[in-house]
Amino acid sequence: MTAPAAYRVSHLDALEAESIFVMREVVAEMERPVLLFSGGKDSIVMLRLAQKAFAPASIPFPVMHVDTGHNFPEVLEYRDQRVTELGLQLIVASVPEALSNGLVRESADGMRNRIQTPVLLDAVEKHRFDALFGGARRDEEKARAKERVFSFRDEFGQWDPKNQRPELWSLYNGRHHPGESIRVFPLSNWTELDVWHYIARERIPLPSIYYAHEREVIEREGMLYAVNEFIRPRAGEERFKAQVRYRTVGDASCTAAVRSDADTVEKVIEEVAATRITERGATRGDDRVSEAAMEDRKREGYF
Amino acid sequence: MSVDTAAPADSVLPEGRPMDLLRFATAGSVDDGKSTLIGRLLYDTKSLFTDQLAAVEAVSAARGDEYTNLALLTDGLRAEREQGITIDVAYRYFATPRRKFIIADTPGHIQYTRNMVTGASTADLALILVDARKGLVEQSRRHAFLCSLLRVPHLVLCVNKMDLVDWSQEVFERIADEFTAFATKLDAPDLSVVPISALRGDNIVSRSENMPWYEGPSLLHHLERVHIASDRNLVDVRFPVQYVIRPQSTTVTDYRGYAGQVASGVLKPGDEVMALPSGFTSRIAAVETADGPVDEAFPPMSVTVRLADEIDISRGDMICRPNNAPAVTQDVEAMVCWMDESRPLQVGGKYAIKHTTRSARAIVRGLHYRLDINTLHRDESATELKLNEIGRVRLRTTVPLLADEYRRNRTTGGFVIIDETTNRTVAAGMIVDTA
Repeated sequence: MTAPAAYRVSHLDALEAESIFVMREVVAEMERPVLLFSGGKDSIVMLRLAQKAFAPASIPFPVMHVDTGHNFPEVLEYRDQRVTELGLQLIVASVPEALSNGLVRESADGMRNRIQTPVLLDAVEKHRFDALFGGARRDEEKARAKERVFSFRDEFGQWDPKNQRPELWSLYNGRHHPGESIRVFPLSNWTELDVWHYIARERIPLPSIYYAHEREVIEREGMLYAVNEFIRPRAGEERFKAQVRYRTVGDASCTAAVRSDADTVEKVIEEVAATRITERGATRGDDRVSEAAMEDRKREGYF
Repeated sequence: MSVDTAAPADSVLPEGRPMDLLRFATAGSVDDGKSTLIGRLLYDTKSLFTDQLAAVEAVSAARGDEYTNLALLTDGLRAEREQGITIDVAYRYFATPRRKFIIADTPGHIQYTRNMVTGASTADLALILVDARKGLVEQSRRHAFLCSLLRVPHLVLCVNKMDLVDWSQEVFERIADEFTAFATKLDAPDLSVVPISALRGDNIVSRSENMPWYEGPSLLHHLERVHIASDRNLVDVRFPVQYVIRPQSTTVTDYRGYAGQVASGVLKPGDEVMALPSGFTSRIAAVETADGPVDEAFPPMSVTVRLADEIDISRGDMICRPNNAPAVTQDVEAMVCWMDESRPLQVGGKYAIKHTTRSARAIVRGLHYRLDINTLHRDESATELKLNEIGRVRLRTTVPLLADEYRRNRTTGGFVIIDETTNRTVAAGMIVDTA
């Protein structure tokens, strides 16, 4: 028997339903969840899903920003505005603060990607969080392709990729001992394009840097970096103006822009659908360190 | 050859259905050409990116591989690349204008059963690959058996490397007939067989000119059109309550909604319903989402159900219909697949169990037999189940489960067993009998 057309479910509705299910499982079973909110598009979509999962009640957990101190001002502004609108509690785990009180030391290359991890873990311990929602997707990076939706972390925050819990049907196992925690990835099955389609469908506002704008940049190792207080031209590097947008938003000292004329969500969707390079490949200096750069960071407790 | 358009928006297709989602599992080893097949599907649907391909080519060349090993696309873990093996189920994504696809790619060698069972648990369809030169091998039968155990609704046998048997219709039909006969014994649901050459692209995206005798669709054509909407059970209303929404707010007062994902059936306002395990009845006052009330809810929608009467319902309870309810039972008969390497399942062992949104403790009352998945022989003298072994057990639980047979309902018939000491997920279970 053919099901009537009314019982059809679109792929975006199916993904949304799965993510909402995941978020409700966490709130029902875990003691102290928190949502990692960077002001990037994936965490913004996650926040929208959290709104939907618990409506008409408000979002029943705080959000946390691991602040490297290298921020795009447009993103910080967006973060604060969103948090106020939704009446959320914002926890800032600050890398500059951790540097000044000696928890971490600046790395030789000045990149703060790696030193975020101890700062994150310290905040988790301090607030006794046992579940951390992250916006990572399996299509993003190969170490993430094998990540569970409920990903167990030991008392040191470590991920052991060879020893993951089997995950069957939609039966998620969040059991853990005190001090251990679970990273939860509600967007596991979403692709970059799904995220953009959802942003368009739900009319979700984003920080302006996701759309094409003119910016002063330099070219370094084939990538375009904005000239700002964190990135200064080195000898031989020329600054020039270009029409660019950001495909990902991370630490402002290692996130590159891409050339783009896409100044609306529809144009971005067209651009993403046509692009032949992955978003992290196009924009993240931090993943270029080695073949397993992401895996190594994740093992230590990175998101 | 490529599909000209990349995936469009959340669009409605000409025949009036929205672009939907198909999850499929692939099983087999590198030798069968599975990586080549997946690589081709990704490449031909423009889902493989140039930086990914360049990285894989570079690593392949550095290792001295004779071909670009597309398994390296997701064999991203250090241990995998060092040892040249695939450790775990990898998820890959591609889309055509008609459908979005999620592939659960299960490796052929290591922890084979555990990975295959995991990948098949959520699959609408399974792809089994065989080499046309070798025909069916023990592994192909094992794949088919596990797919039938997990009740994957659609099975596709790809007879690969047809170029190496001169595109022979006779070879193809011999393999197809043998497999069809075997699948009948397994009570496999919908079965298709496609002759392909993954390396050359024959019958992958479009029909092959080398095999004019084959009149069926290309593989991608089949994947795009296979009818999955009616695989869902729309008859038995089962709504496992996940979470009770009660806003603590001054603007919304007296609100009480039962949040969950519809496991099966269709829920509509006005329907008479029963809550289990209490047995109290009421009517559905509203079915709500954050975007407003809806006229009906069906799988896999996540919704909030409000009832006309205030009855006591909490997480782990189930909303169903008074004349169509699951069993309320502390005793279940189930097939279990053991997934833990450190300790085997033992009769008398006590474990935690998670079934729908309900958690309980369970004791293994008996092990009827261990099943040899190659011969389907039942060993009734077995006293334990080790890693990757499958057997039929009898369980007694501390609180009643609200359960259906797995063959009737994959959501209310499946469960996982968790070791209470290590907290690891140690088994997948499928309920055979609720008596």
